[in-house]
Amino acid sequence: MTEFVYLYRGYQLPASPEEMQKKTAKWMTWLKDLSDKGHVKSFGEPLQPGGMVVKGKKKQVIDGPYAEAKDVVGGFSLIVAKDIEQAVEFSLGCPIFEDGGSVEVRPIRQLA
Amino acid sequence: MEIEEHFFRHEFGRIVATLTRLFGVSNLALAEDVTQDAFCRAMETWKLRGLPANPSAWLMATAKNRALDILRRERTVRTFEPELTRFLESEWTLVPTVEEAFSTYAVKDSQLRMIFSCCHPRLAEEAQIALVLYILCGFSVKEIAQAFVSSHAAIEKRITRAKSILAESTKLFDLADADFPARLSSVQQALYLLFNEGYHGASSEAVVRTELCQEAMRLMNLLLEQFTLATPKTHALAALMYLNAARLPTRLDGGGNLVSFFEQDRSLWDRRLLAEGQAFLDLSASGTELTEYHIEAAIASVHTSAARGEDTDWKQIVSLYDVLMAIHPSPVVALNRAIAITQLDGPERGLEAINTIHDLHRLSSYPFYPATLGEIELRRGNHPVAKAHFSTALSLARNPMERNFLRRRIDACEEFPE
Repeated sequence: MTEFVYLYRGYQLPASPEEMQKKTAKWMTWLKDLSDKGHVKSFGEPLQPGGMVVKGKKKQVIDGPYAEAKDVVGGFSLIVAKDIEQAVEFSLGCPIFEDGGSVEVRPIRQLA
Repeated sequence: MEIEEHFFRHEFGRIVATLTRLFGVSNLALAEDVTQDAFCRAMETWKLRGLPANPSAWLMATAKNRALDILRRERTVRTFEPELTRFLESEWTLVPTVEEAFSTYAVKDSQLRMIFSCCHPRLAEEAQIALVLYILCGFSVKEIAQAFVSSHAAIEKRITRAKSILAESTKLFDLADADFPARLSSVQQALYLLFNEGYHGASSEAVVRTELCQEAMRLMNLLLEQFTLATPKTHALAALMYLNAARLPTRLDGGGNLVSFFEQDRSLWDRRLLAEGQAFLDLSASGTELTEYHIEAAIASVHTSAARGEDTDWKQIVSLYDVLMAIHPSPVVALNRAIAITQLDGPERGLEAINTIHDLHRLSSYPFYPATLGEIELRRGNHPVAKAHFSTALSLARNPMERNFLRRRIDACEEFPE
């Protein structure tokens, strides 16, 4: 078994409280299903939009990351899967795709 | 753990009302933004971490903290609720004032004040209902447009205008105000119309219609909890809602089609709602005021006490319509009375009753006027005439549900050879 990070990118504000509730419920259902099957190591954390970016040799501090809405990382989870193919397959049920967002599936480097 | 049905929507109304009480009604837009923001935080957090132990308290706490931030940061640049200004100015009183506003009692009180504020005399009834749905029930413009089978642009315009009129008020309506009795009457009327929009309304989606009825009843229950608002007239309105809501599942079939009176499956009626409705009807009998809600509830009660459609006490229903015509006459009431007379004394007498409706012309675009003539002619055996009436009705139909129903009535006429 290998561990993967799901990076959730892209964000769309639901238009009404009812839609927000439906969206929230879909995410919870999707992750709970994966978790029940033992594939969630950590549900992870949601990230607030905005923040600071520190970069370069001069350690320049700038407001950001002001990427386009579709590229902003909104949160992450830690997933356990057999291989990258399975990790990708598990991601297919993520509700983020309905909003035009993406899931970046990244294997965590193993020690040794 | 599952989120309770319509939880976000209901919390929206509670939080917006509470924040508006603190910020003042002129800052309604700010209250909406803060609420929206609290919901975004909830959604982003809960979708990964799951529901907290008490989702409602979580949302309230989030909104409360944001409110405190804003009140501290903007008290020098904004005018908040005038009555509270002096409490909001000092750190010593700010926190207790905000805590108090978020207490269970105060949240309910703010919701009531908001309902009363939305029923502003300068707003037309349809604007009042749209505003109630938007602010207190957390419906979006799109959802309201769907429920009213109206255009997005029309509803948006209606709500924007209504909000600006609301925001001109100096404060949320005070239930101790001198014009309280008049305003209570408007509130009852708005809830009545909201309920009717669900019960008789245009949407062909059974779910949408049920939700409108449920929302009217949820707000109704807020009124019932408050001693000064739970008048006999309020109880009569509650009775009317509960007795009709009990029958709602049988008025529409699975496909959202209207089911005609004698074909409704009475075994599907909600017995609990019927019992509650009957209890409210009993409570409404105190006092001396006899309102149209009392009579309509009594009519509903006669219908619900008949085991089968054939057992309906039409005599009693006709006499109740006589009273309704005396206290609250309208051509639609007169038409319904004629329908009851048709059931009691036959189609000839029903037709006579229709012909004596004195402002009949006001029904000229009402599809159920020719449809009633169609039913009467069908009973008289004049199938081609009946069909012509149903065709007229079809041309006046306002939505797909009415069209489907009337097409089926036309088909029924064609089952007989001419």
